[in-house]
Amino acid sequence: MSDLFQEYSTAAGRTGAYDEMFAPGLLARDSYGQVADALRKLSLADVSARADSMARTFLDRGVTFDFAGEERPFPLDIVPRVIPAAEWDVLERGVAQRVCALEAFLNDVYDKMTVVSDGVIPRQLVTTSAHFHRQVHGFEPAGGVRVHISGIDVVRDAAGTFRVLEDNVRVPSGVSYVLENRRAMAKGLPEAFGQQLIRPVEEYPRRLLSALRKTAPAGVDDPTVVVLTPGVFNSAYFEHTLLAGLMGVELVEGRDLICRGNRVYMRTTAGEQRVDVIYKRIDDDFLDPLQFRADSMLGCPGLVNAARAGGVTIANAVGNGVADDKLVYSYVPDLIRYYLSEEPIIANVDTFRLEEKEAREYTLDNLAELVVKPVDGSGGKGLVIGPDASKDELDALRQRIIGDPRGWIAQPVLQLSTVPTLSGDKFGPRHVDLRPFAVNDGDNVWVLPGGLTRVALKEGSLIVNSSQGGGSKDTWVLADSPQMPVETVPRPSISVRERVSVWPVESNWRDRQSEQQQ
Amino acid sequence: MLSRIAESLFWIGRYVERADGTARILDVHLERLNHLPMEERRSVAKELLAVMGARPQSEDFGLPELLHALAYDKTSATSIAGSLGAARENARRARETVSSGLWESLNTTYYGLSQHRKDVVGTYRFCNWTLERTAMVSGLADTTVSHDESWLFLVLGRSLERADMTARMLSTRDVLSAGMSWVNMLRCAGAYESFLRTRRAAFGDQHAAEFLLLDRLFPRSIVYALRDADECLAKLDPSAQRVGFINDARRIVGQARTFLEFHRTDDLMSELPEHMERVQKAVSQASDAISRKYFNQADELAWVGEVS
Repeated sequence: MSDLFQEYSTAAGRTGAYDEMFAPGLLARDSYGQVADALRKLSLADVSARADSMARTFLDRGVTFDFAGEERPFPLDIVPRVIPAAEWDVLERGVAQRVCALEAFLNDVYDKMTVVSDGVIPRQLVTTSAHFHRQVHGFEPAGGVRVHISGIDVVRDAAGTFRVLEDNVRVPSGVSYVLENRRAMAKGLPEAFGQQLIRPVEEYPRRLLSALRKTAPAGVDDPTVVVLTPGVFNSAYFEHTLLAGLMGVELVEGRDLICRGNRVYMRTTAGEQRVDVIYKRIDDDFLDPLQFRADSMLGCPGLVNAARAGGVTIANAVGNGVADDKLVYSYVPDLIRYYLSEEPIIANVDTFRLEEKEAREYTLDNLAELVVKPVDGSGGKGLVIGPDASKDELDALRQRIIGDPRGWIAQPVLQLSTVPTLSGDKFGPRHVDLRPFAVNDGDNVWVLPGGLTRVALKEGSLIVNSSQGGGSKDTWVLADSPQMPVETVPRPSISVRERVSVWPVESNWRDRQSEQQQ
Repeated sequence: MLSRIAESLFWIGRYVERADGTARILDVHLERLNHLPMEERRSVAKELLAVMGARPQSEDFGLPELLHALAYDKTSATSIAGSLGAARENARRARETVSSGLWESLNTTYYGLSQHRKDVVGTYRFCNWTLERTAMVSGLADTTVSHDESWLFLVLGRSLERADMTARMLSTRDVLSAGMSWVNMLRCAGAYESFLRTRRAAFGDQHAAEFLLLDRLFPRSIVYALRDADECLAKLDPSAQRVGFINDARRIVGQARTFLEFHRTDDLMSELPEHMERVQKAVSQASDAISRKYFNQADELAWVGEVS
């Protein structure tokens, strides 16, 4: 092994975590053979220059996320995360299984709630969830799917076992970086691609479009799909533009849409055009001022009624957030057994439900050894890592738990697995998680081979969220046979529409103050 | 296409052309400004700023302030940096529609804005760099964006701004007391060589003005730019091919163009300021009409009552 990794094993040994690249004793695992060879031939200066060039490319191409009003390139590390075919097979099946169970759960929760009457989960758990929306109770969404797109976060514990950390079936983001990372890595570390078969990721937009079209309202032959973004200031705006662009559909803002007669239209230069499927990238709360927050300017009044009437498909369905609730998460293994009559393929991280007296008492006694998370948080917000917290923080947390036990869960501190990551002038072990993305078209759940590997760039940190200084790595799923990478995706059949412009002679023109006029 | 996106494309066209025109004007005038005595320099700087449609922020307005106002001020839509920033912001909003080539060239241009020395020498380089970048942006727009509606809106914005810019360019000669040679005027428009070839060396002021106003083959002449705009409008509105003009923008642009084309050129020089004002006014009215027709969003509140 080259000097680049000389000190690595000592540092990696200290973390007590599972290292993805090196087995104990600084031997590269089989799956990492080619990456190790490629890196071994480079000097540190080469590696740094390539990393700089990758970052520069991201900035030029606008592969950024918005951090406190500033556009930043999403840091991409030069060492990929490699997943052997056999491990991926388990993950893929496990993720798809989970999506199926959550889909069934959401259908049930907004309908008969047999899961409650059969005593699998308490009624109160569902009805007290911040994201349980009564506004969408009692109807089947157009197209029959609720979880079109999901991101199931998994981590590897110290023993090397994958476990699910949380489910994201509301608005999971990050897939754009999966696509961009692969393009950047092909240029940044071409040597590592040569001999091995890495399963491609670029079919994602086509799969997504295909699934969105398939779930259009009944009777629409050639559905119009749009992506709905909160706008240019949203931290994931880049992703919204990329997905709309790659699918070849319009990226709309709420103000581009109008609801009338339970149909949705967008304002175009050729008049109003009907929209059939909306891939929303807005939180439910901001989607429809008539149903949710009345002050929201991001959504469009009437969307929920249109969805209820079957006039438009909203993906993902409104109200999915109840499945993201971390207390519901703790029941997902039971939901899998209940709805699918199967054993969970990927286990959860052990989770204490603080509403249960014994668990609460244990947690309060052992706060300093546990991670405590708010049940409706995302992006790492509000999370407290016991061993890193001060006594005052723990005391404050204790009061908050006692005040609202429903609002929190506790888990043991997991030593997430590590991957070598370039930091300054050397590689150091950095903790990673993995977010595989799944697309559900109602008949089939397809899992994108790989997903987003997020990495905590700060030494020792377990927080990988981009909003808290995380970066990412390209995720390579190795194919176990040469046939695998060549997967054929059925292209959605789309008729090319003749664009007819017919202008109204008179309409109520309103003077519009444009910021751009001199 | 979405009205909002059409509007963004229109403004990308305008802003890029504005940056280009401003760089040309600034480049040529800087050369002359440097020769002037200090006091005169100040007044000429102010007048130049006024021609570009801005007011001095303070009484103490001289060369450095002029450079800031026309080249580097990112907060003003009059300056090169401001225009390029605004073009990039519009491209960001329309990113899924514009080609990645066009978006990336605007994005790298934006990041390149701050890498210039802000003195006189640096500004020459900055102007040249701007011309290179805008040429690249226009080239990529022409070769990587389908010449459909999206491109038509872009070119429409570009043509209108170009007519406006050439009018401003010609106005600088008249407004600035120290006078500006026609050679420099032609250079501003990148038209010097073309003019020499067309008219040979036998030219006077009258001919130069005619060339920049009326030449049908030179792309930066006002008549050429207005004709371009008219063609875009015609393609965008195929329903209006037969009789009359129900399209306000076409009427305004067509009137401005024919007024120039059918005007006796004998009086051109003496009436130049009026002509230039008329062109600028027509551009602004056409822009308003386009905005009303294509970009206007219907009253959003109107539907609330119906669906609730």
